[in-house]
Amino acid sequence: MAQTAQFNGSVTTLRGLATRPLTLALAAIAAMLIVGELLSPGFAAPSQIISQLTIAALLGIVAAGQNLVILGGREGIDLSVGGMISLGALVAGNVMQAENAAIPLALAVTLAVTFTLGLANGFGVTIMRIPPLVMTLGMYGVIQGALVVLTRGIPSGRAAPLLNDFVTNPVLLGIPGILFVWVMIGIGMTVFLRRTAFGLKIFAIGTNEEAAALAGISVRRTRVILFGLSGMFAGLTGFLVLGYTGNVFVGVGDQYILPSIIAVVIGGTSLAGGTGGYIGTMAGAVVLVLLQSILTTLNIDPSGRQIVFGATLLGLMLLYGRQRKLRM
Amino acid sequence: MTEHAKTAPSNHTSLTQRLRSFDLRRHTYLLSVVFFLILCGINIALQPSFLQPGVMVSNLSTFLPLILVSIGQTYVILASDIDLSVGSIVSLVNVATVSIIEGMGGTGGAIALGLTTGLGLGIAAGLFNGLCVALLRFQPIVTTFATGIIFAGLALWILPQAGKQVPATVWQTYGGSILGVQTVIWVLTLAVIFALVLARTRFHHALLATGGQMQSAFQTGLHVLRVRITAYALSGLFSALAALCLVGETASGDPLLGTGYTLSSISAVVLGGTALSGGIGGFIGSVFGAMILGLIDNVIFFARLPFEYQGLVQGLIVLLALAGGVFVSRR
Repeated sequence: MAQTAQFNGSVTTLRGLATRPLTLALAAIAAMLIVGELLSPGFAAPSQIISQLTIAALLGIVAAGQNLVILGGREGIDLSVGGMISLGALVAGNVMQAENAAIPLALAVTLAVTFTLGLANGFGVTIMRIPPLVMTLGMYGVIQGALVVLTRGIPSGRAAPLLNDFVTNPVLLGIPGILFVWVMIGIGMTVFLRRTAFGLKIFAIGTNEEAAALAGISVRRTRVILFGLSGMFAGLTGFLVLGYTGNVFVGVGDQYILPSIIAVVIGGTSLAGGTGGYIGTMAGAVVLVLLQSILTTLNIDPSGRQIVFGATLLGLMLLYGRQRKLRM
Repeated sequence: MTEHAKTAPSNHTSLTQRLRSFDLRRHTYLLSVVFFLILCGINIALQPSFLQPGVMVSNLSTFLPLILVSIGQTYVILASDIDLSVGSIVSLVNVATVSIIEGMGGTGGAIALGLTTGLGLGIAAGLFNGLCVALLRFQPIVTTFATGIIFAGLALWILPQAGKQVPATVWQTYGGSILGVQTVIWVLTLAVIFALVLARTRFHHALLATGGQMQSAFQTGLHVLRVRITAYALSGLFSALAALCLVGETASGDPLLGTGYTLSSISAVVLGGTALSGGIGGFIGSVFGAMILGLIDNVIFFARLPFEYQGLVQGLIVLLALAGGVFVSRR
């Protein structure tokens, strides 16, 4: 896996640059904008790009948490994000009840609830030693069940007008507030991962857990916090989804579960943990959203759209998602 | 299925010695049997008719599709891979089979062609997964998610909406009996015999070796590539079998029929004591795991819980069972 070595270090050769996941993702974005514009003039217009980025921001913010859990290694993955998003949107909407003044409280309660549930995932994975796939799948089932109890299947809770405006309408230079939030998360995540002690611990436990433990890192505590953060990012996404759609239905978060993982992988973070970063994941989220959008523009029936989407994902795997070859 | 690897205790060893040498990790499915018996007990208490042959056969035919998908998923997980496309394969085979049978007029020949095409399609889908994961070295989770999208798209293309019908002979045969034994019991028995025979083959030993330590297995000279591809093909085959059972059960086609089977089959395999990291476990546990999931639904239904609490209680029981299973077998 030559590209993983190059991803962290400086890229010196042209070939190294060309096979870097981030470069590939950016090239894919450019190619899709050109193809989209050719197929349907106006596809790459600024307003259209901004609306695509808004959708990508929602996916990108869940993927931030997913990114952290995956970087932490030991088959780290979070399938509960779908439930966390739905729950976050529901809690936020019910605390807010369309009142602008209640927005800060709603945000605080939402993040506290989903962070706590994320910590529960972390405890299951570390103390009980349940594989992350199983633990977070179980948590997803519990949250889905809890959502039905809370809502009785009826959509409830409404977004405050201010939140709605912030997510969907331009606040500055024609750009909606959610994109500023996303950029800040992007900068924050990068600084957090590359420049803080905790960020370096994540790479350490993701690369070699035993070595990290011997070096004095509290592996369990770090991993528990990673799952907590993943829950929190999903909760934040739920909060923003509420602003985007205005109200909530129970399964609103489900569509984000697997795309959040794919965005991370397309962005060059290895599912084995220990290598990668968030900027690539952001690009990965944009790639997925643009791809869906192009397929919608193409005006082919849903089955054809699905087939092309799946085939394109496989094609992307061919470009850089490959695993190490077995050697003698 | 590692029990046969263990040397049988000789007749001279005392019972205590035998108990002491008993290793839960060699019998990973035993815990799922205990869970299963407990749930059966609760079920009998809540539903006294549970032990009547008719009720048992009806329960079995409800559980059978998940049992079959879970057996297939076991092989992939034993090789330390995973198959997130099984649900889509179930949908694809279901609509393809129903469409062929109806399209060719529902004659005996059409039914035979539909069933064999369905099985072939399942194996082909599994082979495609295996080639992508083992030969092209794509990451299993992302790859089978992507192929699952493709298979689901193909299912929608073949039959955009639930509908079409198979002739009465199909569902009458499936719901009835052959040579005096219920058809569903035949299907389960034959599937179990197939899996038992498979567990004695060199392939199965190579499968456990591959899942346990892929690098070493490769260096020992095992055909790791062939083993992983075969495991995916088996997963496709068993998913197709499940789809054919659903044709017999529902007598019609539905492009979204398989949606729930992917994650349930993984839960069933884990409940059955097979390690997601590969190399440890076997299909027997998965059979019990799938029946446990079905019995949990039964118990919740007959416990007359308020409707809105059913999902939450089910989620909690499944999470506790998964956690408990992993917790005990890791001691």
